[in-house]
Amino acid sequence: MSATISSTRRQNKAPSTLALGLSRIAYETRLYFRSPDTLLFTFFFPFIMLGIFTAAFSSSGNIGANPDGTGGVSVGTYYLPGMLAAGMLLSGVQNLAVDIAGEKSDGTLKRLGGTPLSPLSYFLGKIGQVFVTAILQAGLLLLVARLVLDIALPTEPGKWVTFAWVFVFGVITSAFLGIALSAVPRSGRSATAVVAPVVLVLQFISGVYLQFTTLPEWMQNLASIFPLKWMAQGMRSVFLPESFAAAEQSGTWDLLWVAGALGVWLVLGLVLSRATFRWIRRDA
Amino acid sequence: MTTTPPVVQVRDLQKSYGGVEAVRGVSFSIAAGETFALLGPNGAGKSTTIEILEGYRDRSGGEVSVLGIDPHRGGLDWKARLGIVLQTSNESGNATVTEQLRHFAGFYPHPRDVDEVIDAAGLREKAKTRVSKLSGGQRRRVDVALGIIGRPELLFLDEPTTGFDPEARHQFWNLIRGLKAEGTTILLTTHYLDEAAQLGDRAGIIVGGRLIDIGPLDEIGGADARVPVVRWRDGNGLVREERTSRPAQIVANLVASGKGAEPEGLEVIRPSLEDVYLSLVRGHEAMTPGNEAAASANGARPDRSRLTDKDVRA
Repeated sequence: MSATISSTRRQNKAPSTLALGLSRIAYETRLYFRSPDTLLFTFFFPFIMLGIFTAAFSSSGNIGANPDGTGGVSVGTYYLPGMLAAGMLLSGVQNLAVDIAGEKSDGTLKRLGGTPLSPLSYFLGKIGQVFVTAILQAGLLLLVARLVLDIALPTEPGKWVTFAWVFVFGVITSAFLGIALSAVPRSGRSATAVVAPVVLVLQFISGVYLQFTTLPEWMQNLASIFPLKWMAQGMRSVFLPESFAAAEQSGTWDLLWVAGALGVWLVLGLVLSRATFRWIRRDA
Repeated sequence: MTTTPPVVQVRDLQKSYGGVEAVRGVSFSIAAGETFALLGPNGAGKSTTIEILEGYRDRSGGEVSVLGIDPHRGGLDWKARLGIVLQTSNESGNATVTEQLRHFAGFYPHPRDVDEVIDAAGLREKAKTRVSKLSGGQRRRVDVALGIIGRPELLFLDEPTTGFDPEARHQFWNLIRGLKAEGTTILLTTHYLDEAAQLGDRAGIIVGGRLIDIGPLDEIGGADARVPVVRWRDGNGLVREERTSRPAQIVANLVASGKGAEPEGLEVIRPSLEDVYLSLVRGHEAMTPGNEAAASANGARPDRSRLTDKDVRA
Protein backbone atom coordinates (compact mmCIF):
# COMPACT_ATOMS: atom_id res chain seq x y z
CA MET A 1 0.00 0.00 0.00
CA SER A 2 3.02 2.21 0.22
CA ALA A 3 3.93 2.17 -3.44
CA THR A 4 1.23 4.67 -4.34
CA ILE A 5 2.69 7.54 -2.32
CA SER A 6 4.11 9.88 -4.91
CA SER A 7 7.29 11.69 -4.12
CA THR A 8 7.02 14.68 -6.42
CA ARG A 9 7.66 17.86 -4.53
CA ARG A 10 6.02 20.89 -6.09
CA GLN A 11 7.40 24.22 -5.00
CA ASN A 12 4.40 26.09 -3.67
CA LYS A 13 4.33 29.09 -1.44
CA ALA A 14 3.13 28.66 2.12
CA PRO A 15 -0.62 29.31 2.41
CA SER A 16 -1.39 32.80 3.70
CA THR A 17 -2.65 33.47 7.22
CA LEU A 18 -5.84 34.96 5.82
CA ALA A 19 -6.52 32.06 3.45
CA LEU A 20 -6.02 29.59 6.28
CA GLY A 21 -8.25 31.74 8.52
CA LEU A 22 -11.05 31.49 5.93
CA SER A 23 -10.50 27.75 5.64
CA ARG A 24 -10.72 27.52 9.44
CA ILE A 25 -14.01 29.49 9.45
CA ALA A 26 -15.59 27.01 7.05
CA TYR A 27 -14.21 24.04 9.00
CA GLU A 28 -15.19 25.39 12.43
CA THR A 29 -18.69 26.40 11.32
CA ARG A 30 -19.33 22.96 9.83
CA LEU A 31 -18.21 21.27 13.05
CA TYR A 32 -20.30 23.67 15.19
CA PHE A 33 -23.45 22.49 13.50
CA ARG A 34 -22.43 18.87 14.14
CA SER A 35 -22.23 19.28 17.94
CA PRO A 36 -25.74 18.81 19.34
CA ASP A 37 -24.86 20.01 22.88
CA THR A 38 -23.26 23.21 21.68
CA LEU A 39 -26.13 23.83 19.28
CA LEU A 40 -28.73 23.45 22.00
CA PHE A 41 -27.02 25.58 24.64
CA THR A 42 -25.58 28.33 22.46
CA PHE A 43 -27.66 28.46 19.27
CA PHE A 44 -31.20 27.43 20.16
CA PHE A 45 -31.30 28.54 23.79
CA PRO A 46 -32.60 32.07 23.04
CA PHE A 47 -35.36 30.58 20.85
CA ILE A 48 -36.46 28.29 23.66
CA MET A 49 -36.46 31.10 26.22
CA LEU A 50 -38.31 33.50 23.92
CA GLY A 51 -40.92 30.81 23.32
CA ILE A 52 -41.33 30.08 27.03
CA PHE A 53 -41.59 33.75 28.06
CA THR A 54 -44.08 34.54 25.35
CA ALA A 55 -46.21 31.54 26.23
CA ALA A 56 -46.01 32.09 29.98
CA PHE A 57 -46.55 35.83 30.31
CA SER A 58 -48.62 36.87 27.31
CA SER A 59 -51.88 36.40 29.22
CA SER A 60 -50.90 39.10 31.73
CA GLY A 61 -51.14 41.74 29.05
CA ASN A 62 -48.76 44.19 27.45
CA ILE A 63 -45.62 45.44 29.14
CA GLY A 64 -45.49 49.16 29.82
CA ALA A 65 -49.23 49.54 29.24
CA ASN A 66 -51.26 52.48 30.51
CA PRO A 67 -53.48 51.90 33.56
CA ASP A 68 -56.41 51.42 31.19
CA GLY A 69 -54.64 48.55 29.42
CA THR A 70 -53.83 50.43 26.21
CA GLY A 71 -50.37 51.03 24.80
CA GLY A 72 -47.19 49.22 25.76
CA VAL A 73 -45.67 46.35 23.83
CA SER A 74 -46.37 42.64 23.74
CA VAL A 75 -44.34 40.29 25.95
CA GLY A 76 -42.58 38.88 22.88
CA THR A 77 -41.65 42.35 21.66
CA TYR A 78 -40.28 43.23 25.07
CA TYR A 79 -38.12 40.13 25.39
CA LEU A 80 -36.83 39.99 21.80
CA PRO A 81 -33.95 42.49 22.35
CA GLY A 82 -32.81 40.62 25.47
CA MET A 83 -32.82 37.30 23.64
CA LEU A 84 -30.83 38.79 20.75
CA ALA A 85 -28.27 40.03 23.30
CA ALA A 86 -28.25 36.64 25.04
CA GLY A 87 -27.63 34.97 21.67
CA MET A 88 -24.62 37.20 21.07
CA LEU A 89 -23.22 36.33 24.50
CA LEU A 90 -23.88 32.59 24.17
CA SER A 91 -22.50 32.36 20.61
CA GLY A 92 -19.33 34.09 21.73
CA VAL A 93 -18.55 33.57 25.39
CA GLN A 94 -20.20 30.26 26.21
CA ASN A 95 -19.49 28.64 22.85
CA LEU A 96 -15.80 29.56 22.59
CA ALA A 97 -14.91 29.25 26.29
CA VAL A 98 -16.24 25.66 26.43
CA ASP A 99 -15.03 24.78 22.94
CA ILE A 100 -11.44 25.97 23.35
CA ALA A 101 -11.11 24.56 26.89
CA GLY A 102 -12.19 21.22 25.41
CA GLU A 103 -9.72 21.50 22.51
CA LYS A 104 -6.99 22.26 25.01
CA SER A 105 -7.63 19.13 27.05
CA ASP A 106 -8.47 16.67 24.26
CA GLY A 107 -5.27 17.26 22.31
CA THR A 108 -6.72 19.27 19.38
CA LEU A 109 -4.61 22.31 20.21
CA LYS A 110 -1.48 20.25 20.73
CA ARG A 111 -1.94 18.70 17.30
CA LEU A 112 -2.53 22.09 15.67
CA GLY A 113 0.49 23.49 17.51
CA GLY A 114 2.65 20.95 15.71
CA THR A 115 1.47 22.12 12.28
CA PRO A 116 2.34 25.30 10.38
CA LEU A 117 -1.07 26.79 11.24
CA SER A 118 -0.59 30.29 12.64
CA PRO A 119 -2.40 31.06 15.91
CA LEU A 120 -3.80 34.10 14.12
CA SER A 121 -5.48 31.86 11.53
CA TYR A 122 -6.86 29.77 14.36
CA PHE A 123 -8.34 32.87 16.03
CA LEU A 124 -9.74 34.11 12.72
CA GLY A 125 -11.45 30.73 12.43
CA LYS A 126 -12.96 30.93 15.91
CA ILE A 127 -14.13 34.55 15.62
CA GLY A 128 -15.40 33.98 12.09
CA GLN A 129 -17.33 30.92 13.25
CA VAL A 130 -18.92 32.95 16.06
CA PHE A 131 -19.78 35.68 13.59
CA VAL A 132 -21.36 33.38 11.02
CA THR A 133 -23.38 31.42 13.58
CA ALA A 134 -24.45 34.56 15.46
CA ILE A 135 -25.72 36.14 12.22
CA LEU A 136 -27.69 32.99 11.42
CA GLN A 137 -29.02 32.93 14.97
CA ALA A 138 -30.09 36.59 14.98
CA GLY A 139 -31.58 36.32 11.49
CA LEU A 140 -33.57 33.25 12.49
CA LEU A 141 -34.68 34.90 15.76
CA LEU A 142 -35.98 37.92 13.85
CA LEU A 143 -37.73 35.64 11.38
CA VAL A 144 -39.40 33.65 14.16
CA ALA A 145 -40.32 36.88 15.94
CA ARG A 146 -41.92 38.32 12.82
CA LEU A 147 -43.59 35.24 11.35
CA VAL A 148 -44.40 33.06 14.35
CA LEU A 149 -44.81 35.48 17.23
CA ASP A 150 -46.15 38.30 15.07
CA ILE A 151 -43.80 40.89 16.55
CA ALA A 152 -43.59 44.17 14.62
CA LEU A 153 -40.00 44.96 13.62
CA PRO A 154 -38.67 48.51 13.21
CA THR A 155 -38.88 50.08 9.78
CA GLU A 156 -36.60 53.12 10.19
CA PRO A 157 -33.17 52.55 8.58
CA GLY A 158 -31.54 54.40 11.51
CA LYS A 159 -32.70 51.68 13.91
CA TRP A 160 -31.12 49.00 11.75
CA VAL A 161 -27.86 50.92 11.62
CA THR A 162 -27.85 50.87 15.43
CA PHE A 163 -28.70 47.16 15.34
CA ALA A 164 -25.79 46.48 12.99
CA TRP A 165 -23.10 48.18 15.04
CA VAL A 166 -24.33 46.92 18.40
CA PHE A 167 -24.46 43.42 16.94
CA VAL A 168 -21.03 43.46 15.26
CA PHE A 169 -19.35 45.12 18.21
CA GLY A 170 -21.07 42.86 20.75
CA VAL A 171 -20.36 39.63 18.89
CA ILE A 172 -16.66 40.37 18.43
CA THR A 173 -16.38 41.40 22.10
CA SER A 174 -18.13 38.17 23.15
CA ALA A 175 -15.79 36.11 20.98
CA PHE A 176 -12.67 37.61 22.55
CA LEU A 177 -14.10 37.20 26.04
CA GLY A 178 -14.86 33.57 25.24
CA ILE A 179 -11.26 32.97 24.16
CA ALA A 180 -10.01 34.69 27.33
CA LEU A 181 -12.40 32.74 29.59
CA SER A 182 -11.29 29.42 28.03
CA ALA A 183 -8.04 29.73 30.00
CA VAL A 184 -9.90 29.37 33.31
CA PRO A 185 -11.30 25.78 33.34
CA ARG A 186 -8.72 23.20 34.38
CA SER A 187 -10.14 20.56 32.06
CA GLY A 188 -12.53 20.23 29.16
CA ARG A 189 -15.00 18.33 31.29
CA SER A 190 -15.24 21.08 33.92
CA ALA A 191 -15.54 23.82 31.29
CA THR A 192 -19.34 23.89 31.11
CA ALA A 193 -19.56 23.91 34.92
CA VAL A 194 -17.25 26.91 35.08
CA VAL A 195 -18.65 28.89 32.17
CA ALA A 196 -22.40 28.25 32.28
CA PRO A 197 -23.03 29.80 35.75
CA VAL A 198 -21.12 32.97 34.80
CA VAL A 199 -23.17 33.34 31.65
CA LEU A 200 -26.43 32.48 33.42
CA VAL A 201 -25.97 34.98 36.26
CA LEU A 202 -25.05 37.67 33.75
CA GLN A 203 -28.27 36.99 31.84
CA PHE A 204 -30.36 37.35 35.01
CA ILE A 205 -28.82 40.62 36.18
CA SER A 206 -28.42 42.20 32.74
CA GLY A 207 -32.05 42.33 31.68
CA VAL A 208 -32.33 39.25 29.51
CA TYR A 209 -34.81 37.21 31.56
CA LEU A 210 -35.95 39.86 34.06
CA GLN A 211 -37.09 43.34 33.08
CA PHE A 212 -33.95 45.35 33.61
CA THR A 213 -35.84 48.49 34.53
CA THR A 214 -37.55 46.75 37.46
CA LEU A 215 -34.30 45.46 39.02
CA PRO A 216 -32.95 47.16 42.17
CA GLU A 217 -30.51 49.98 41.63
CA TRP A 218 -27.50 48.08 43.04
CA MET A 219 -28.10 45.16 40.68
CA GLN A 220 -28.38 47.52 37.73
CA ASN A 221 -25.10 49.12 38.78
CA LEU A 222 -23.43 45.73 39.14
CA ALA A 223 -24.66 44.66 35.71
CA SER A 224 -23.30 47.90 34.23
CA ILE A 225 -19.78 46.65 34.89
CA PHE A 226 -20.33 43.77 32.44
CA PRO A 227 -20.89 43.93 28.69
CA LEU A 228 -24.19 42.03 28.44
CA LYS A 229 -26.20 44.85 30.03
CA TRP A 230 -24.94 47.20 27.31
CA MET A 231 -25.70 44.78 24.49
CA ALA A 232 -29.23 44.33 25.82
CA GLN A 233 -29.69 48.09 26.24
CA GLY A 234 -28.45 48.71 22.71
CA MET A 235 -30.90 46.13 21.38
CA ARG A 236 -33.78 47.61 23.42
CA SER A 237 -33.09 50.96 21.74
CA VAL A 238 -33.68 49.28 18.39
CA PHE A 239 -36.82 47.24 19.12
CA LEU A 240 -38.69 49.17 21.86
CA PRO A 241 -40.58 52.44 21.35
CA GLU A 242 -38.89 55.69 22.37
CA SER A 243 -41.23 55.96 25.37
CA PHE A 244 -39.37 53.04 27.01
CA ALA A 245 -36.12 55.01 27.14
CA ALA A 246 -37.45 56.96 30.11
CA ALA A 247 -37.42 53.78 32.21
CA GLU A 248 -33.68 53.24 31.65
CA GLN A 249 -31.26 54.19 34.42
CA SER A 250 -30.39 57.59 32.98
CA GLY A 251 -33.71 58.11 31.21
CA THR A 252 -32.15 57.67 27.75
CA TRP A 253 -30.74 54.79 25.63
CA ASP A 254 -27.19 56.05 26.25
CA LEU A 255 -25.85 54.62 22.98
CA LEU A 256 -22.52 56.36 23.49
CA TRP A 257 -22.11 54.47 26.73
CA VAL A 258 -23.07 51.24 24.95
CA ALA A 259 -20.30 51.82 22.41
CA GLY A 260 -17.82 52.84 25.11
CA ALA A 261 -18.48 49.87 27.40
CA LEU A 262 -18.32 47.38 24.52
CA GLY A 263 -15.11 49.01 23.31
CA VAL A 264 -13.45 48.67 26.71
CA TRP A 265 -14.49 45.02 27.00
CA LEU A 266 -13.32 44.34 23.44
CA VAL A 267 -9.84 45.64 24.22
CA LEU A 268 -9.78 43.80 27.54
CA GLY A 269 -10.84 40.54 25.88
CA LEU A 270 -8.23 40.96 23.15
CA VAL A 271 -5.44 41.61 25.64
CA LEU A 272 -6.47 38.71 27.90
CA SER A 273 -6.80 36.35 24.90
CA ARG A 274 -3.33 37.22 23.69
CA ALA A 275 -1.82 36.92 27.14
CA THR A 276 -3.39 33.60 28.13
CA PHE A 277 -3.62 31.57 24.92
CA ARG A 278 -1.18 28.67 24.50
CA TRP A 279 -1.26 25.73 22.12
CA ILE A 280 -0.34 23.56 25.12
CA ARG A 281 0.04 24.09 28.84
CA ARG A 282 3.73 24.85 29.09
CA ASP A 283 5.75 23.09 31.72
CA ALA A 284 7.58 25.13 34.35
CA MET B 1 30.17 9.10 2.60
CA THR B 2 27.46 11.67 2.85
CA THR B 3 28.24 15.29 3.54
CA THR B 4 24.73 16.43 4.46
CA PRO B 5 24.52 17.59 8.06
CA PRO B 6 22.50 15.47 10.49
CA VAL B 7 18.76 16.12 10.48
CA VAL B 8 18.64 15.86 14.25
CA GLN B 9 21.54 16.69 16.52
CA VAL B 10 21.22 16.44 20.29
CA ARG B 11 24.15 17.21 22.59
CA ASP B 12 24.03 16.76 26.36
CA LEU B 13 20.26 17.38 26.49
CA GLN B 14 18.92 18.00 29.98
CA LYS B 15 15.44 18.61 31.26
CA SER B 16 14.30 18.98 34.83
CA TYR B 17 10.80 19.58 36.18
CA GLY B 18 11.00 21.32 39.50
CA GLY B 19 13.94 19.57 41.08
CA VAL B 20 13.65 16.28 39.19
CA GLU B 21 15.89 15.52 36.26
CA ALA B 22 13.84 13.69 33.63
CA VAL B 23 16.57 13.83 30.98
CA ARG B 24 20.18 13.87 32.17
CA GLY B 25 22.62 14.48 29.38
CA VAL B 26 21.38 12.65 26.29
CA SER B 27 23.34 12.95 23.04
CA PHE B 28 22.61 11.46 19.63
CA SER B 29 22.22 12.45 16.03
CA ILE B 30 20.07 11.22 13.18
CA ALA B 31 21.32 11.34 9.61
CA ALA B 32 19.16 12.31 6.64
CA GLY B 33 17.01 9.40 5.51
CA GLU B 34 17.73 7.38 8.62
CA THR B 35 15.13 5.75 10.88
CA PHE B 36 16.16 6.06 14.50
CA ALA B 37 14.31 4.17 17.23
CA LEU B 38 14.29 5.57 20.73
CA LEU B 39 13.62 2.74 23.17
CA GLY B 40 13.25 2.58 26.91
CA PRO B 41 10.87 1.79 29.75
CA ASN B 42 7.89 4.00 30.62
CA GLY B 43 8.98 7.19 32.33
CA ALA B 44 12.57 6.89 31.10
CA GLY B 45 12.50 10.25 29.32
CA LYS B 46 11.66 9.20 25.74
CA SER B 47 8.58 11.36 25.36
CA THR B 48 10.19 14.32 27.10
CA THR B 49 13.10 14.08 24.66
CA ILE B 50 10.87 13.78 21.60
CA GLU B 51 8.64 16.66 22.74
CA ILE B 52 11.68 18.89 23.14
CA LEU B 53 12.70 18.04 19.57
CA GLU B 54 9.15 18.75 18.35
CA GLY B 55 9.25 22.19 19.96
CA TYR B 56 6.55 21.47 22.55
CA ARG B 57 8.84 21.70 25.58
CA ASP B 58 11.76 23.86 26.52
CA ARG B 59 14.99 22.21 27.64
CA SER B 60 16.95 22.95 30.77
CA GLY B 61 20.34 22.45 29.16
CA GLY B 62 22.28 21.14 26.19
CA GLU B 63 22.10 21.83 22.48
CA VAL B 64 19.41 20.69 20.07
CA SER B 65 19.17 21.20 16.34
CA VAL B 66 16.30 19.86 14.25
CA LEU B 67 16.53 20.42 10.49
CA GLY B 68 19.26 22.93 11.30
CA ILE B 69 17.06 24.95 13.65
CA ASP B 70 16.74 25.18 17.42
CA PRO B 71 13.20 23.84 18.06
CA HIS B 72 12.75 26.52 20.70
CA ARG B 73 12.90 29.12 17.92
CA GLY B 74 11.28 27.07 15.17
CA GLY B 75 8.75 29.10 13.19
CA LEU B 76 5.87 28.08 10.94
CA ASP B 77 8.10 27.29 7.94
CA TRP B 78 10.12 24.99 10.19
CA LYS B 79 6.93 23.24 11.36
CA ALA B 80 5.90 22.83 7.71
CA ARG B 81 8.88 20.46 7.28
CA LEU B 82 7.91 18.26 10.24
CA GLY B 83 5.31 15.56 10.67
CA ILE B 84 4.26 14.82 14.22
CA VAL B 85 2.31 11.78 15.38
CA LEU B 86 1.66 12.33 19.07
CA GLN B 87 1.27 9.57 21.59
CA THR B 88 -2.46 9.78 22.26
CA SER B 89 -5.39 11.82 21.11
CA ASN B 90 -9.03 11.84 22.14
CA GLU B 91 -10.36 14.65 20.03
CA SER B 92 -14.10 14.91 19.51
CA GLY B 93 -13.67 14.01 15.83
CA ASN B 94 -16.78 15.50 14.26
CA ALA B 95 -15.03 15.82 10.89
CA THR B 96 -14.86 12.93 8.46
CA VAL B 97 -11.53 11.35 7.59
CA THR B 98 -11.45 13.08 4.20
CA GLU B 99 -12.51 16.45 5.60
CA GLN B 100 -9.88 16.29 8.32
CA LEU B 101 -7.08 15.34 5.93
CA ARG B 102 -8.12 17.88 3.31
CA HIS B 103 -8.24 20.61 5.94
CA PHE B 104 -4.81 19.76 7.35
CA ALA B 105 -3.33 19.41 3.86
CA GLY B 106 -4.21 23.06 3.36
CA PHE B 107 -1.76 24.11 6.10
CA TYR B 108 1.28 22.93 4.13
CA PRO B 109 3.06 24.42 1.13
CA HIS B 110 3.35 21.11 -0.78
CA PRO B 111 1.05 18.51 0.77
CA ARG B 112 0.56 14.97 -0.43
CA ASP B 113 -2.54 14.05 -2.35
CA VAL B 114 -5.36 13.41 0.14
CA ASP B 115 -6.69 10.33 -1.66
CA GLU B 116 -3.22 8.80 -1.92
CA VAL B 117 -2.71 9.21 1.82
CA ILE B 118 -6.15 7.75 2.56
CA ASP B 119 -5.28 4.69 0.47
CA ALA B 120 -1.79 4.41 1.93
CA ALA B 121 -3.16 4.52 5.47
CA GLY B 122 -5.75 1.85 4.64
CA LEU B 123 -8.67 4.19 5.31
CA ARG B 124 -10.41 4.06 1.94
CA GLU B 125 -13.56 2.40 3.30
CA LYS B 126 -13.73 4.89 6.16
CA ALA B 127 -12.99 7.98 4.09
CA LYS B 128 -16.48 9.41 4.55
CA THR B 129 -16.86 8.34 8.18
CA ARG B 130 -16.52 10.77 11.05
CA VAL B 131 -13.34 10.26 13.03
CA SER B 132 -15.41 9.87 16.22
CA LYS B 133 -17.06 6.76 14.74
CA LEU B 134 -13.75 4.95 14.08
CA SER B 135 -12.18 2.24 16.21
CA GLY B 136 -9.05 3.00 18.23
CA GLY B 137 -6.74 1.45 15.65
CA GLN B 138 -8.47 3.30 12.80
CA ARG B 139 -8.16 6.61 14.66
CA ARG B 140 -4.47 5.90 15.08
CA ARG B 141 -4.22 5.50 11.30
CA VAL B 142 -5.81 8.91 10.93
CA ASP B 143 -3.17 10.29 13.31
CA VAL B 144 -0.46 8.80 11.15
CA ALA B 145 -2.14 10.06 7.96
CA LEU B 146 -2.29 13.59 9.44
CA GLY B 147 1.39 13.25 10.35
CA ILE B 148 2.45 12.55 6.77
CA ILE B 149 -0.06 14.70 4.84
CA GLY B 150 2.37 17.65 4.78
CA ARG B 151 5.11 15.59 3.09
CA PRO B 152 7.48 15.98 6.06
CA GLU B 153 11.26 15.76 5.79
CA LEU B 154 11.35 14.56 9.38
CA LEU B 155 8.60 12.40 10.86
CA PHE B 156 8.14 11.88 14.60
CA LEU B 157 6.27 8.70 15.51
CA ASP B 158 5.56 8.41 19.22
CA GLU B 159 4.29 4.86 19.84
CA PRO B 160 2.43 4.86 16.53
CA THR B 161 0.99 1.34 16.49
CA THR B 162 -0.50 1.12 19.98
CA GLY B 163 -3.89 -0.55 19.59
CA PHE B 164 -3.19 -2.01 16.12
CA ASP B 165 -4.03 -5.60 15.31
CA PRO B 166 -1.13 -7.61 13.81
CA GLU B 167 -2.35 -7.14 10.24
CA ALA B 168 -2.71 -3.38 10.70
CA ARG B 169 0.77 -3.26 12.19
CA HIS B 170 2.24 -4.99 9.14
CA GLN B 171 0.39 -2.60 6.83
CA PHE B 172 1.73 0.28 8.87
CA TRP B 173 5.26 -1.06 8.55
CA ASN B 174 4.86 -1.15 4.78
CA LEU B 175 3.64 2.43 4.81
CA ILE B 176 6.69 3.51 6.81
CA ARG B 177 9.02 1.56 4.51
CA GLY B 178 7.50 3.53 1.61
CA LEU B 179 8.28 6.79 3.41
CA LYS B 180 11.83 5.59 4.15
CA ALA B 181 12.33 4.69 0.51
CA GLU B 182 11.32 8.24 -0.32
CA GLY B 183 14.05 9.60 1.93
CA THR B 184 11.97 10.65 4.94
CA THR B 185 13.96 10.79 8.16
CA ILE B 186 12.07 9.14 11.00
CA LEU B 187 12.33 9.26 14.77
CA LEU B 188 10.32 6.42 16.28
CA THR B 189 9.53 5.49 19.84
CA THR B 190 7.88 2.16 20.45
CA HIS B 191 7.40 -0.53 23.05
CA TYR B 192 7.37 -3.21 20.38
CA LEU B 193 10.94 -4.31 19.89
CA ASP B 194 10.03 -6.23 16.74
CA GLU B 195 8.74 -2.98 15.31
CA ALA B 196 12.03 -1.25 16.08
CA ALA B 197 13.86 -4.19 14.49
CA GLN B 198 11.64 -4.08 11.39
CA LEU B 199 11.86 -0.35 10.78
CA GLY B 200 14.87 1.05 12.54
CA ASP B 201 18.37 1.55 11.19
CA ARG B 202 19.80 2.55 14.54
CA ALA B 203 18.43 2.67 18.06
CA GLY B 204 19.15 4.43 21.31
CA ILE B 205 18.06 3.04 24.65
CA ILE B 206 17.10 5.53 27.36
CA VAL B 207 16.85 4.44 30.98
CA GLY B 208 16.44 6.87 33.87
CA GLY B 209 17.00 9.90 31.63
CA ARG B 210 20.33 8.62 30.28
CA LEU B 211 21.22 7.04 26.97
CA ILE B 212 22.67 3.68 28.03
CA ASP B 213 23.39 2.38 24.54
CA ILE B 214 23.20 3.50 20.96
CA GLY B 215 24.07 1.80 17.71
CA PRO B 216 22.82 -0.10 14.66
CA LEU B 217 19.97 -2.40 15.62
CA ASP B 218 21.88 -5.57 14.84
CA GLU B 219 24.84 -4.49 16.98
CA ILE B 220 23.18 -2.86 19.95
CA GLY B 221 24.12 -4.40 23.28
CA GLY B 222 27.42 -5.64 21.84
CA ALA B 223 28.42 -8.98 20.32
CA ASP B 224 28.42 -10.72 23.73
CA ALA B 225 24.73 -10.05 24.25
CA ARG B 226 23.98 -11.93 21.03
CA VAL B 227 25.79 -15.16 21.82
CA PRO B 228 23.32 -18.02 21.20
CA VAL B 229 22.16 -20.27 23.99
CA VAL B 230 21.76 -24.03 23.61
CA ARG B 231 19.15 -25.49 25.96
CA TRP B 232 18.18 -29.12 26.49
CA ARG B 233 16.99 -31.57 29.16
CA ASP B 234 19.59 -33.98 30.44
CA GLY B 235 19.04 -37.61 31.45
CA ASN B 236 17.81 -36.56 34.91
CA GLY B 237 15.17 -34.25 33.42
CA LEU B 238 17.07 -31.11 34.43
CA VAL B 239 17.09 -28.17 32.04
CA ARG B 240 20.68 -27.33 31.00
CA GLU B 241 21.84 -24.22 29.24
CA GLU B 242 25.10 -23.28 27.59
CA ARG B 243 26.04 -19.96 25.99
CA THR B 244 28.29 -20.51 23.05
CA SER B 245 29.32 -18.99 19.79
CA ARG B 246 29.49 -22.54 18.35
CA PRO B 247 26.04 -24.03 19.08
CA ALA B 248 26.28 -26.72 16.39
CA GLN B 249 29.37 -28.12 18.08
CA ILE B 250 27.51 -28.41 21.40
CA VAL B 251 24.61 -30.15 19.72
CA ALA B 252 26.96 -32.55 17.94
CA ASN B 253 28.67 -33.35 21.25
CA LEU B 254 25.31 -33.97 22.88
CA VAL B 255 24.29 -36.38 20.18
CA ALA B 256 27.65 -38.15 20.37
CA SER B 257 27.52 -38.47 24.16
CA GLY B 258 23.96 -39.82 23.95
CA LYS B 259 25.16 -42.39 21.43
CA GLY B 260 22.98 -41.01 18.69
CA ALA B 261 19.88 -40.49 20.83
CA GLU B 262 17.89 -37.29 20.21
CA PRO B 263 18.47 -34.84 23.12
CA GLU B 264 15.18 -33.91 24.78
CA GLY B 265 13.75 -30.38 24.55
CA LEU B 266 16.62 -29.19 22.41
CA GLU B 267 16.62 -25.48 21.50
CA VAL B 268 19.18 -23.16 19.98
CA ILE B 269 18.17 -19.65 20.96
CA ARG B 270 19.56 -16.55 19.33
CA PRO B 271 18.77 -13.58 21.58
CA SER B 272 16.13 -11.39 19.95
CA LEU B 273 16.34 -7.62 20.10
CA GLU B 274 13.83 -7.91 22.94
CA ASP B 275 16.18 -10.20 24.92
CA VAL B 276 19.12 -7.89 24.28
CA TYR B 277 17.06 -4.87 25.25
CA LEU B 278 15.74 -6.45 28.45
CA SER B 279 19.18 -7.55 29.59
CA LEU B 280 20.56 -4.06 28.89
CA VAL B 281 17.76 -2.35 30.80
CA ARG B 282 17.91 -4.79 33.72
CA GLY B 283 21.68 -4.56 33.85
CA HIS B 284 21.50 -0.81 33.98
CA GLU B 285 18.82 -0.78 36.63
CA ALA B 286 20.84 -3.14 38.78
CA MET B 287 23.77 -0.73 38.59
CA THR B 288 21.70 2.30 39.60
CA PRO B 289 19.47 1.19 42.47
CA GLY B 290 18.03 4.67 42.94
CA ASN B 291 16.11 4.76 39.73
CA GLU B 292 12.42 4.36 39.42
CA ALA B 293 11.98 1.29 37.24
CA ALA B 294 14.42 -0.70 39.33
CA ALA B 295 12.66 0.28 42.52
CA SER B 296 9.28 -0.82 41.21
CA ALA B 297 10.76 -4.02 39.80
CA ASN B 298 12.26 -4.83 43.17
CA GLY B 299 8.92 -4.42 44.90
CA ALA B 300 8.70 -0.66 45.35
CA ARG B 301 11.27 0.33 47.87
CA PRO B 302 10.26 3.90 48.70
CA ASP B 303 12.91 6.31 47.60
CA ARG B 304 12.97 9.99 46.96
CA SER B 305 13.71 10.23 43.29
CA ARG B 306 11.01 7.70 42.53
CA LEU B 307 8.34 9.61 44.39
CA THR B 308 9.29 12.89 42.80
CA ASP B 309 9.34 11.32 39.35
CA LYS B 310 5.75 10.34 39.92
CA ASP B 311 4.79 13.78 41.18
CA VAL B 312 5.99 15.24 37.92
CA ARG B 313 3.65 13.18 35.82
CA ALA B 314 0.69 13.51 38.17
